[in-house]
Amino acid sequence: MARAATTTDAFNAIAEPRRREIIDLLAGGEQAVGELVRELGLGQPQVSKHLRVLREVGVVAVRDHGRQRLYRLNGSALKPIHDWVKNYEQLWSERFELIDDVLTDLRKDQADDHDH
Amino acid sequence: MTTTTSGSAKVTLPAPDQILIEREFAAPASMVWRVLTEPDLVRRWWHAKRGEITTCEIDLRVGGTWRYAMRPFNGKEFAFYGEFLEIVPSRKIVQTETFEPFPDAAATNTTTLSEHNGVTQLRILVQHKTVQARDMHINSGMESGLQDAFDLLEQAAVSLT
Repeated sequence: MARAATTTDAFNAIAEPRRREIIDLLAGGEQAVGELVRELGLGQPQVSKHLRVLREVGVVAVRDHGRQRLYRLNGSALKPIHDWVKNYEQLWSERFELIDDVLTDLRKDQADDHDH
Repeated sequence: MTTTTSGSAKVTLPAPDQILIEREFAAPASMVWRVLTEPDLVRRWWHAKRGEITTCEIDLRVGGTWRYAMRPFNGKEFAFYGEFLEIVPSRKIVQTETFEPFPDAAATNTTTLSEHNGVTQLRILVQHKTVQARDMHINSGMESGLQDAFDLLEQAAVSLT
Protein backbone atom coordinates (compact mmCIF):
# COMPACT_ATOMS: atom_id res chain seq x y z
CA MET A 1 0.00 0.00 0.00
CA ALA A 2 1.32 3.42 -0.94
CA ARG A 3 2.20 5.82 1.78
CA ALA A 4 0.31 9.04 2.06
CA ALA A 5 2.18 11.57 -0.06
CA THR A 6 1.97 14.21 2.59
CA THR A 7 3.80 14.06 5.86
CA THR A 8 1.41 16.09 7.88
CA ASP A 9 1.94 14.63 11.31
CA ALA A 10 4.68 13.15 13.44
CA PHE A 11 3.49 9.60 12.77
CA ASN A 12 4.02 9.93 9.05
CA ALA A 13 7.18 11.95 9.43
CA ILE A 14 8.93 9.30 11.49
CA ALA A 15 7.73 6.43 9.31
CA GLU A 16 10.71 6.91 6.98
CA PRO A 17 13.74 4.87 8.14
CA ARG A 18 16.28 7.62 7.44
CA ARG A 19 14.25 10.12 9.42
CA ARG A 20 14.15 7.71 12.32
CA GLU A 21 17.93 7.49 12.12
CA ILE A 22 18.09 11.27 12.32
CA ILE A 23 15.84 11.21 15.38
CA ASP A 24 18.10 8.63 17.01
CA LEU A 25 21.16 10.73 16.28
CA LEU A 26 19.56 13.91 17.60
CA ALA A 27 18.42 12.07 20.71
CA GLY A 28 22.09 12.23 21.69
CA GLY A 29 22.11 16.04 21.46
CA GLU A 30 22.11 18.99 19.12
CA GLN A 31 23.99 18.51 15.83
CA ALA A 32 24.99 20.48 12.75
CA VAL A 33 23.84 19.30 9.32
CA GLY A 34 27.41 18.41 8.39
CA GLU A 35 27.70 15.98 11.28
CA LEU A 36 24.39 14.34 10.35
CA VAL A 37 25.51 14.03 6.72
CA ARG A 38 28.70 12.32 7.83
CA GLU A 39 27.01 9.95 10.26
CA LEU A 40 24.19 8.99 7.89
CA GLY A 41 26.37 8.60 4.81
CA LEU A 42 23.82 10.47 2.70
CA GLY A 43 24.14 13.51 0.49
CA GLN A 44 23.51 16.87 2.06
CA PRO A 45 20.42 17.57 -0.13
CA GLN A 46 18.77 14.35 1.07
CA VAL A 47 19.56 15.06 4.69
CA SER A 48 18.25 18.59 4.34
CA LYS A 49 15.05 17.28 2.80
CA HIS A 50 14.48 14.88 5.69
CA LEU A 51 15.25 17.62 8.19
CA ARG A 52 12.73 19.88 6.48
CA VAL A 53 10.00 17.24 6.84
CA LEU A 54 10.86 16.74 10.49
CA ARG A 55 10.84 20.48 11.05
CA GLU A 56 7.47 20.92 9.37
CA VAL A 57 5.85 18.60 11.90
CA GLY A 58 7.84 20.10 14.76
CA VAL A 59 9.86 16.99 15.58
CA VAL A 60 13.12 18.92 15.17
CA ALA A 61 13.93 22.56 15.77
CA VAL A 62 16.79 24.54 14.29
CA ARG A 63 18.88 27.52 15.35
CA ASP A 64 21.69 29.44 13.73
CA HIS A 65 25.02 29.35 15.47
CA GLY A 66 27.59 31.41 13.60
CA ARG A 67 27.73 29.92 10.11
CA GLN A 68 26.24 26.63 11.26
CA ARG A 69 22.63 25.52 11.51
CA LEU A 70 22.15 23.34 14.54
CA TYR A 71 19.30 20.85 14.77
CA ARG A 72 17.80 19.45 17.93
CA LEU A 73 14.98 17.11 18.88
CA ASN A 74 11.71 18.55 20.13
CA GLY A 75 10.38 15.87 22.46
CA SER A 76 6.92 17.37 22.83
CA ALA A 77 6.18 16.76 19.14
CA LEU A 78 6.79 13.07 19.74
CA LYS A 79 4.35 13.04 22.62
CA PRO A 80 1.41 11.80 20.50
CA ILE A 81 3.47 8.73 19.70
CA HIS A 82 4.45 8.27 23.30
CA ASP A 83 0.77 8.59 24.20
CA TRP A 84 -0.04 5.95 21.64
CA VAL A 85 2.30 3.51 23.37
CA LYS A 86 0.71 4.32 26.71
CA ASN A 87 -2.68 3.64 25.16
CA TYR A 88 -1.49 0.31 23.87
CA GLU A 89 -0.16 -0.53 27.31
CA GLN A 90 -3.50 0.49 28.81
CA LEU A 91 -5.35 -1.80 26.41
CA TRP A 92 -3.26 -4.77 27.47
CA SER A 93 -3.48 -3.87 31.16
CA GLU A 94 -7.27 -3.96 30.91
CA ARG A 95 -7.15 -7.31 29.15
CA PHE A 96 -4.79 -8.74 31.77
CA GLU A 97 -7.00 -7.59 34.63
CA LEU A 98 -9.89 -9.42 33.02
CA ILE A 99 -7.66 -12.49 32.64
CA ASP A 100 -7.00 -12.30 36.40
CA ASP A 101 -10.77 -12.53 36.94
CA VAL A 102 -11.08 -15.50 34.60
CA LEU A 103 -8.20 -17.25 36.37
CA THR A 104 -9.86 -16.67 39.73
CA ASP A 105 -13.03 -18.30 38.43
CA LEU A 106 -11.10 -21.26 37.03
CA ARG A 107 -9.39 -21.78 40.37
CA LYS A 108 -12.76 -21.70 42.09
CA ASP A 109 -14.17 -24.26 39.66
CA GLN A 110 -11.18 -26.48 40.29
CA ALA A 111 -11.61 -26.20 44.08
CA ASP A 112 -15.32 -27.03 43.75
CA ASP A 113 -14.48 -30.10 41.69
CA HIS A 114 -12.13 -31.29 44.39
CA ASP A 115 -14.85 -30.89 47.01
CA HIS A 116 -17.21 -33.20 45.15
CA MET B 1 12.00 2.51 27.59
CA THR B 2 8.49 2.39 28.91
CA THR B 3 8.11 1.06 32.41
CA THR B 4 4.99 0.53 34.43
CA THR B 5 3.88 -0.32 37.88
CA SER B 6 3.48 -3.96 38.77
CA GLY B 7 0.10 -5.37 37.95
CA SER B 8 -0.23 -3.60 34.63
CA ALA B 9 1.11 -4.70 31.29
CA LYS B 10 4.75 -3.99 30.64
CA VAL B 11 5.33 -2.88 27.07
CA THR B 12 8.87 -2.54 25.74
CA LEU B 13 10.46 -2.16 22.33
CA PRO B 14 13.35 -4.61 21.98
CA ALA B 15 13.93 -3.61 18.34
CA PRO B 16 12.44 -1.05 15.94
CA ASP B 17 10.25 -3.71 14.34
CA GLN B 18 9.21 -5.46 17.55
CA ILE B 19 6.99 -4.94 20.53
CA LEU B 20 7.09 -7.02 23.69
CA ILE B 21 4.18 -7.27 26.12
CA GLU B 22 4.80 -8.93 29.50
CA ARG B 23 2.80 -9.75 32.59
CA GLU B 24 2.84 -12.25 35.46
CA PHE B 25 -0.18 -14.20 36.59
CA ALA B 26 -0.69 -15.94 39.91
CA ALA B 27 -1.76 -19.18 38.27
CA PRO B 28 -0.17 -22.26 36.74
CA ALA B 29 0.82 -22.10 33.08
CA SER B 30 -1.73 -24.77 32.15
CA MET B 31 -4.51 -22.50 33.41
CA VAL B 32 -3.19 -19.37 31.66
CA TRP B 33 -2.93 -21.47 28.52
CA ARG B 34 -6.63 -22.27 28.69
CA VAL B 35 -7.51 -18.61 29.09
CA LEU B 36 -5.48 -17.78 25.98
CA THR B 37 -6.70 -20.60 23.76
CA GLU B 38 -10.31 -21.50 24.61
CA PRO B 39 -12.81 -19.30 22.74
CA ASP B 40 -15.31 -19.18 25.62
CA LEU B 41 -12.56 -17.86 27.91
CA VAL B 42 -10.97 -15.50 25.34
CA ARG B 43 -14.39 -13.89 24.92
CA ARG B 44 -14.22 -12.84 28.55
CA TRP B 45 -11.07 -10.69 28.23
CA TRP B 46 -10.07 -9.78 24.67
CA HIS B 47 -12.64 -6.94 24.49
CA ALA B 48 -10.77 -5.01 27.22
CA LYS B 49 -14.17 -3.54 28.22
CA ARG B 50 -14.13 -1.47 25.02
CA GLY B 51 -16.78 -3.25 23.01
CA GLU B 52 -18.53 -6.49 22.19
CA ILE B 53 -16.76 -9.51 20.73
CA THR B 54 -18.74 -10.67 17.70
CA THR B 55 -16.49 -13.53 16.58
CA CYS B 56 -13.97 -15.67 18.41
CA GLU B 57 -12.84 -18.73 16.48
CA ILE B 58 -9.73 -20.73 17.36
CA ASP B 59 -8.65 -23.86 15.51
CA LEU B 60 -5.71 -24.68 17.74
CA ARG B 61 -3.42 -26.81 15.60
CA VAL B 62 -0.46 -26.07 13.36
CA GLY B 63 -1.93 -24.75 10.11
CA GLY B 64 -5.22 -24.00 11.87
CA THR B 65 -6.63 -20.49 11.76
CA TRP B 66 -8.05 -18.03 14.28
CA ARG B 67 -10.26 -15.01 13.94
CA TYR B 68 -11.43 -12.42 16.46
CA ALA B 69 -13.87 -9.64 15.63
CA MET B 70 -15.19 -6.89 17.85
CA ARG B 71 -17.67 -4.06 17.68
CA PRO B 72 -16.29 -1.21 19.78
CA PHE B 73 -18.74 0.91 21.74
CA ASN B 74 -17.69 3.96 19.76
CA GLY B 75 -16.73 2.67 16.34
CA LYS B 76 -17.01 0.26 13.46
CA GLU B 77 -16.55 -3.47 13.76
CA PHE B 78 -13.04 -4.71 13.05
CA ALA B 79 -11.32 -8.08 12.90
CA PHE B 80 -7.98 -9.76 13.32
CA TYR B 81 -7.12 -13.18 11.99
CA GLY B 82 -4.17 -15.46 11.41
CA GLU B 83 -2.73 -18.94 11.32
CA PHE B 84 -1.01 -21.06 13.96
CA LEU B 85 2.60 -21.86 13.05
CA GLU B 86 3.78 -23.62 16.19
CA ILE B 87 2.02 -24.90 19.30
CA VAL B 88 3.64 -26.28 22.45
CA PRO B 89 0.84 -26.80 24.99
CA SER B 90 1.16 -24.65 28.13
CA ARG B 91 4.43 -23.18 26.84
CA LYS B 92 4.41 -21.53 23.44
CA ILE B 93 2.26 -20.37 20.53
CA VAL B 94 3.59 -18.85 17.31
CA GLN B 95 0.89 -17.36 15.14
CA THR B 96 0.44 -14.81 12.40
CA GLU B 97 -1.78 -11.83 13.06
CA THR B 98 -3.38 -9.70 10.36
CA PHE B 99 -5.55 -6.64 10.87
CA GLU B 100 -8.30 -7.26 8.31
CA PRO B 101 -8.07 -3.98 6.34
CA PHE B 102 -4.38 -4.64 5.66
CA PRO B 103 -4.01 -8.25 4.47
CA ASP B 104 -0.41 -7.72 3.34
CA ALA B 105 0.77 -6.61 6.76
CA ALA B 106 0.80 -9.75 8.86
CA ALA B 107 2.82 -9.73 12.05
CA THR B 108 4.16 -12.88 13.71
CA ASN B 109 3.33 -13.13 17.39
CA THR B 110 5.23 -15.45 19.70
CA THR B 111 3.49 -16.08 23.01
CA THR B 112 5.47 -17.86 25.70
CA LEU B 113 4.49 -18.99 29.18
CA SER B 114 7.00 -19.85 31.87
CA GLU B 115 5.88 -21.03 35.27
CA HIS B 116 7.93 -20.64 38.41
CA ASN B 117 6.63 -21.33 41.92
CA GLY B 118 3.05 -21.21 40.74
CA VAL B 119 3.48 -17.84 39.02
CA THR B 120 3.34 -17.75 35.24
CA GLN B 121 5.11 -15.15 33.17
CA LEU B 122 3.39 -14.33 29.88
CA ARG B 123 5.40 -12.77 27.06
CA ILE B 124 3.92 -11.75 23.72
CA LEU B 125 6.52 -10.74 21.16
CA VAL B 126 5.07 -9.02 18.09
CA GLN B 127 7.42 -9.16 15.12
CA HIS B 128 6.65 -7.11 12.04
CA LYS B 129 7.98 -8.00 8.62
CA THR B 130 8.52 -4.49 7.33
CA VAL B 131 8.56 -0.92 8.50
CA GLN B 132 5.63 -0.24 6.17
CA ALA B 133 3.60 -3.00 7.81
CA ARG B 134 4.36 -1.57 11.17
CA ASP B 135 3.35 1.89 10.04
CA MET B 136 0.07 0.60 8.74
CA HIS B 137 -0.58 -0.99 12.09
CA ILE B 138 0.15 2.27 13.81
CA ASN B 139 -2.21 4.11 11.53
CA SER B 140 -4.89 1.44 11.70
CA GLY B 141 -4.69 1.52 15.47
CA MET B 142 -5.25 5.23 15.42
CA GLU B 143 -8.17 4.98 13.03
CA SER B 144 -9.95 2.12 14.72
CA GLY B 145 -10.38 4.22 17.81
CA LEU B 146 -9.21 1.23 19.78
CA GLN B 147 -5.59 2.23 19.52
CA ASP B 148 -5.10 -1.44 19.20
CA ALA B 149 -2.40 -3.47 18.07
CA PHE B 150 0.74 -2.74 17.38
CA ASP B 151 3.60 -1.45 17.06
CA LEU B 152 5.61 1.11 17.54
CA LEU B 153 8.02 3.33 17.35
CA GLU B 154 11.07 4.55 18.20
CA GLN B 155 13.01 3.91 21.27
CA ALA B 156 13.84 7.56 21.11
CA ALA B 157 10.23 8.57 21.03
CA VAL B 158 9.34 6.44 23.99
CA SER B 159 12.19 7.60 26.14
CA LEU B 160 11.06 11.20 25.78
CA THR B 161 8.35 11.94 28.23
